[in-house]
Amino acid sequence: MTHAAPVTDLIKERLTPFPRDHFLAAGDLHPPAALALLDLADAFVDFNRQSAKGVDLMRGQTVVNLFFENSTRTSSSFEIAAKRLGADVVTMPVASSSVKKGETLIDTAVTLNAMKPEILVVRHASSGAVDLLSQKVGCAVVNAGDGRHEHPTQALLDLLSLRRAFGDVGGLTVAICGDIAHSRVARSNVALLQMMGARVRLIGPPTLVPGDADRWGCEVFHDMKEGLAGCDVVMMLRLQLERMAGALIPSTREYFRFWGLDREKLAWAAPGAKVMHPGPMNRGVEIDSDVADDLSVSLIQDQVEMGVAARMAVLAALAHRRAGGAA
Amino acid sequence: MTAAQSQPIAIINARLLDPASDYDGPGAVLIENGRIVEVIHGQATQRPEGVQIIDAEGRCLAPGLIDIRVKTGEPGNEPKETLKSASLSAAAGGVTTIVVQPDTDPAIDDPALIDHIQRRGAALDLVHVRAAGAATQARDGERMAEIGLMHEAGALYFTDGDRVIRNTRTLQRVMSYAASFNALIACRPTEPWLSEGAVATSGELATRLGLSGAPAIAERIQLERDLALVEQTGARFLIDQISTEGALETLARARARGLEVAASASINHLCFNEIDIGDYRTFYRLDPPLRAESDRQALVEAVRDGLIDVITSAHCPEPAENKRRPFAEAEPGAVGLETLLPAALTLHHEYGVDLLDVLRPMTQGPAALLGLEAGELSQGAPADLVLFDAGAPVVVDAATLRSKSKNSPFDGRRLQGKVLLTVVSGRIVHDAR
Repeated sequence: MTHAAPVTDLIKERLTPFPRDHFLAAGDLHPPAALALLDLADAFVDFNRQSAKGVDLMRGQTVVNLFFENSTRTSSSFEIAAKRLGADVVTMPVASSSVKKGETLIDTAVTLNAMKPEILVVRHASSGAVDLLSQKVGCAVVNAGDGRHEHPTQALLDLLSLRRAFGDVGGLTVAICGDIAHSRVARSNVALLQMMGARVRLIGPPTLVPGDADRWGCEVFHDMKEGLAGCDVVMMLRLQLERMAGALIPSTREYFRFWGLDREKLAWAAPGAKVMHPGPMNRGVEIDSDVADDLSVSLIQDQVEMGVAARMAVLAALAHRRAGGAA
Repeated sequence: MTAAQSQPIAIINARLLDPASDYDGPGAVLIENGRIVEVIHGQATQRPEGVQIIDAEGRCLAPGLIDIRVKTGEPGNEPKETLKSASLSAAAGGVTTIVVQPDTDPAIDDPALIDHIQRRGAALDLVHVRAAGAATQARDGERMAEIGLMHEAGALYFTDGDRVIRNTRTLQRVMSYAASFNALIACRPTEPWLSEGAVATSGELATRLGLSGAPAIAERIQLERDLALVEQTGARFLIDQISTEGALETLARARARGLEVAASASINHLCFNEIDIGDYRTFYRLDPPLRAESDRQALVEAVRDGLIDVITSAHCPEPAENKRRPFAEAEPGAVGLETLLPAALTLHHEYGVDLLDVLRPMTQGPAALLGLEAGELSQGAPADLVLFDAGAPVVVDAATLRSKSKNSPFDGRRLQGKVLLTVVSGRIVHDAR
């Protein structure tokens, strides 16, 4: 970085080591650790709004983005986060090369490990794949989404967005709506939101909400009006059309009619309710543009900004742990 | 086997366990020319002359185990397992008869292949190697295989293995045709549509792990279909690897109505439940997938009650490269020949199932089902025996298994029961005393 700014005292003060060697699931955190990450991320948000955004917390360290599944948003978010921390970043879009799935996962991991990166950021289409990979490498591994299992940095950035909008997450009622069954975002968010004291509701058609989701400690609704009543936050999920092995819903227009978020349905939630979406959005399928683009209710833009800050916090905390930083 | 030349052997001071005669007590066995020539209950008063004496020192002597569901890679996939490595593994596990599965490459769907397997197995001079034939040609689920000719060649039963015969009409014809030869048909009860792409049993755990699950009811639904066809065709039928409580209830109801069907359970489903897949350990990726604890307990009770006729190892060798993958991409299956006996003994040690009831589905049960002249300690029976210490503690180390593939879910587990001696046709094929 040519315009490296000095590490601000605030960031230094808030930097604590990550509680685990890897960040694979929301459950790797505990409330104090999550709060520490949020505080650190908050400092990064302000920092990122300056014109000179470089710090040298990770100077000379290497972060490898290993994406076995295509993603522009998440991989750029991680890339920018790592670069702003002063790390060298290599992004490997494995999905577009000709590797055969699975077979090469361990081989790729072992090969990359031999190049001694400090942190591997991994996305894979298979649940548990990032776990598996973390067992075979000596560096820290961050799960950037594994199958329909977890996407913990998404949950952390959602938490950051919510805390900035509401001040405190404890006591909020959050409705997660749509394709819960195929959503790693939902799984990570349920875990983290509940950990931080929010009440979580799941709303969607019975074919998209797992039958035993009530055992997660969530209230399950199939009717939007009932489910949204009194909610402070409406978190819409992307309808994972590409993952639908069979006909889980009759048509996108029928889906929009009953479960797509528009003004009318939003009005059923608590006054002042905020709308979230992990992106990318299917406009007119799960969310109406009218709602998505209304900055007075939508946190969707914020989520993208918070994504970089939250990931900076995660990377910095992991690097701090590796450097033997005191707790 | 060249048993005729072997020296007579007397195994004395044993605890005889013979499910066929319901005998559990002290005794001795005299073996000559590959057969049991005398079984003595109680203390033997005199030591016969000119005989090799083996003092069992009170250890258990039982009929050699019969494992009717063993996969090898021969022919076609020898790096996984050969008949030789499987036979060595069997001998080390006290298994004296293995029935290999037809899902090889090519499939065993031809009388010449049945003959081939039997000859190759016999030439190894280790354990008895028999084969099951495919029910349909190339296991395609559509064209009936030469069941009559394979039956004549020595095939013990007919199955498409892990592939379900989806076409009900095909299965109906296979069953009614096989009935004319009194041939046994075996089917996995797995409703194919509900199970498509599934790698776990649906439930809270699979959902949390983000794994595709098939509902447990998929087993019952398919079993109801199969049993209806059995009723209609009068076929001899084996339910291959029953694993859920719901299907066991269906089985119990069918038996109560007088329907004669046999059922097998795999040792894995008696020992593990879905919680074992919790950390995505692919050695627990099995087919059928591991079930809820309540299913496992129901299965243990079914063994105790005699509802289960056969316990199998469901031996399924998969090399490391097929297992070291993300859970859903890993090949299903586990090796089990060498761990079958100590694993089965957990039913006795932990759940108090009588030793004879534990051994019956691995000896007399499969022998009766397949019409084998084995599985009992009686005068004139083949001298296929296993001597074991039922209480000896063992820690399973997959690396030491004789199977070419080391995918054992028991790796690192503590079990009780050690095979000391395996005798096949009067010849010692494994000695770990």
